[in-house]
Amino acid sequence: MAAPVIELTGARKTYHTGDIEFEALRGIDCRIFPGEYVAIVGPSGSGKSTLMNILGCLDVLTSGSYVLAGEDVSRMDEVALASARNRRIGFVFQQFHLLSSLTALGNVELPLVYAGVSPAERRDRAMVALERVGLGDKSRNHPGQLSGGQQQRVAIARALVTEPAIVLADEPTGNLDSHSTRDVLGMLDDLHSEGSTIVLITHESDVAARAGTVYNVTDGQFVGAGTEIAK
Amino acid sequence: MRPADLLASSWRAIRSHKMRSILTMLGIVVGIASVVLTVGLGLGTQKDVSEQIAALGSDLLIVSPGSSTDESGLRGGFGSGETLTLTDAEALASEVAVPDAADVAAEKTASLSLEYGESNWTTDVTGTSTSWADVRSRELLYGSFFTEDDATAAASVIVLGAETAQELFGSTSVVGQDVTIDGEAYEIVGVLAEAGSSGETSLDDMAVVPMTTMVEQLDTSGNSESVDTIYVKAASSDVLSAASQETTSLLLNLHGLASAEDADFTVEVQDSLLDAATSVYEKLTVLLTGIAALALLVGGIGVMNIMLVSVTERTREIGLRKALGAAPANIRNQFLIEAMILGLSGGAVGVIIGVGLALALPSVLGSTIVISGLALVVSVVVAVGIGAVFGVYPAARAAKLAPIDALRDQ
Repeated sequence: MAAPVIELTGARKTYHTGDIEFEALRGIDCRIFPGEYVAIVGPSGSGKSTLMNILGCLDVLTSGSYVLAGEDVSRMDEVALASARNRRIGFVFQQFHLLSSLTALGNVELPLVYAGVSPAERRDRAMVALERVGLGDKSRNHPGQLSGGQQQRVAIARALVTEPAIVLADEPTGNLDSHSTRDVLGMLDDLHSEGSTIVLITHESDVAARAGTVYNVTDGQFVGAGTEIAK
Repeated sequence: MRPADLLASSWRAIRSHKMRSILTMLGIVVGIASVVLTVGLGLGTQKDVSEQIAALGSDLLIVSPGSSTDESGLRGGFGSGETLTLTDAEALASEVAVPDAADVAAEKTASLSLEYGESNWTTDVTGTSTSWADVRSRELLYGSFFTEDDATAAASVIVLGAETAQELFGSTSVVGQDVTIDGEAYEIVGVLAEAGSSGETSLDDMAVVPMTTMVEQLDTSGNSESVDTIYVKAASSDVLSAASQETTSLLLNLHGLASAEDADFTVEVQDSLLDAATSVYEKLTVLLTGIAALALLVGGIGVMNIMLVSVTERTREIGLRKALGAAPANIRNQFLIEAMILGLSGGAVGVIIGVGLALALPSVLGSTIVISGLALVVSVVVAVGIGAVFGVYPAARAAKLAPIDALRDQ
C-alpha cells in the first residue's frame, strides 16, 4: 500500500480562554491514503471544525504529530505553514470565499499568485481548472454574476489548480439549494473517480454517505473506527 | 509572490473602494498642497527681497562712522559719530591703498526745505562726488549728473529724486528750473530715475548736490570735514571681501588705530543686509511650513485610521488569502503598498493643486511664488513616506490575523 497522505498520531488540541482550558481534540489517530474519499461527521462542538483546521494547516496541534504528504507540519512556523497550505491543500468553504473584485479566472489564479507562478502559466492552469468544473465560458464573470452553485464550482477549481495532496471541503453544500448541492457533490464524486484525495467535513449524513469512509467525531475523539460505506 | 502581483493586488484593492480611497487621500492632498504653497511663498518672498537688495548693488561696501562694538562688547552708536572725514574718502579712492575698489562716494546729508514758487518740500539733501550715480547704481531720468567742474566750483546745481520733483513741480521734467534753498537758487541739472525704497527711506525722495556745495553753502552741522557715509564700490562682487579688508586696514591706519577691535567706524557689506533679511523670511517659511507639516501629519493619521477600518472590513479576505498560501509578509506588504500608493497619489494630486494655486495666486496676492523642483520631489517622497509610516501599524495588524479567525468572521 502507498504511504498515507495524512497521518495524524495522538492529535491533541487544547484551547485556553483566560483560565478555562478546553480540549477540542483528545487524541485522534487517523491515516488517509491517496485517492480516498473521507467524510468527517459530527455535531457542532464535537471538535470537527478544529480537526478541519488542523488538517488544513490553519492551526497547529498542542501535542501529537501530523504528517502531510511526507512532511511533518505539526511544528511548522506560520511562514512554512502558509507554504504547506499553498502546495498541499485545496480548500472548499461553505461560504465559497471568492473575492468579489476578481473575475472567476482571477479567483482561481489566486493560489498560484502566492506560489509565485508566472502570469501566463497561471492563466493557462486556471483556465484548465475552470474547464474541469465546466465553467470555461464564465472565466471573465465576477462572483456576483454567478449562481451559488457556480460560485462553489469556481471555488472547487481554485482548490484544484495547485494540484494539491488533498481537497479539504468544509460543509461545501451548506449554503446551496438541493439542485446545486447535487451538482457540487457530483463534482466531488467525479474528482474522486479521477484520483483526487478528498476530505469532506459535514454534519449531514446524506452528504457523508457519498464518501468511501466516514469518521464520526464526538467530544474530540473518533467514535469507533472509520466506517466503510458499501456502494 | 511576485512584486508585480503584489502591486496589482494593492492597486485593485484601492480601486475597488474608490470613494474611501479618495477620502483617505484628501488629508495628504491638503497637506502636500499647503506645503508646496508655503515653501513656494517663502522662497518667492526671499527672492523678492534679495532682488530688491541686489538692486542696491551687491558689490557695495558701506562705511559708517561709529564703532561696531563698545567697551562692553555691545553694538555701539552706529552711524552716530563724526569719525569719518573727507580725507578718509579721498584716501579710499586711491588705487594704491584700495586696489580692489572701483569707485568711492562719500555722502553728507542734511534735511532741508526746498522751495519752488508757492510749494515747499523738506527732504534729505546729500552732498557727494560725481562718482555717486555709478557707486549707488542710479540712473538719470532727465538731464545729467553734476560735473567735476560743478564740484570744483561748488556750483549751485542740484539733482532731484523723481518723487521730490513730483512733489515740488507736479512733474519730473524739470531740468533747467530752479529750486530755492535758504533763499539761494539752485539749478536743476538732472532728475533721478525711480529706484524704489530701501527699508524706511525712499530712494526717490531726495536731492543731490556737489560735496563742495554742501560743505560751503548748506551744511549746518558745524563740522565741515565729517561725512555721514562712505560708499566703496568694489571692482566686482568677487573681490568684495578683499576690498572690505583693504578699506578697514586703510581707515585703521589713517585713524591711528592698532586693531580692528578699536575701530571707530563700521564696514558693512550689502550681503549682510541680505542675510539679515533672508534669515527673517527663512524663519517665516519654516514656521509656515511647520503648520503645513501639521496638516500633513493629520493627513497621515487619516491614512492610518482608514487603513485600520479597511483591515477590519477585509478580515475575511485576509483570512482567505492566508488559507490559499499568503505568508504574513505578503499580507503586510499588500497593506503597506496600499498605504504608500494612497500617499503617492495624494502627494501627486497635492503637488498639482499646490502648483496650480502657486500659478494662480501671485496675480491676486501680488507676491512671487517660486516653485522649486526639489521641493516638489521631496513633497511626493514625504507623502509616500507618510503612507508607509502610518501604514505600518494597520499592515502589521492585518499580517497578524489568524486565518481561522479571519475566515470565521462574518
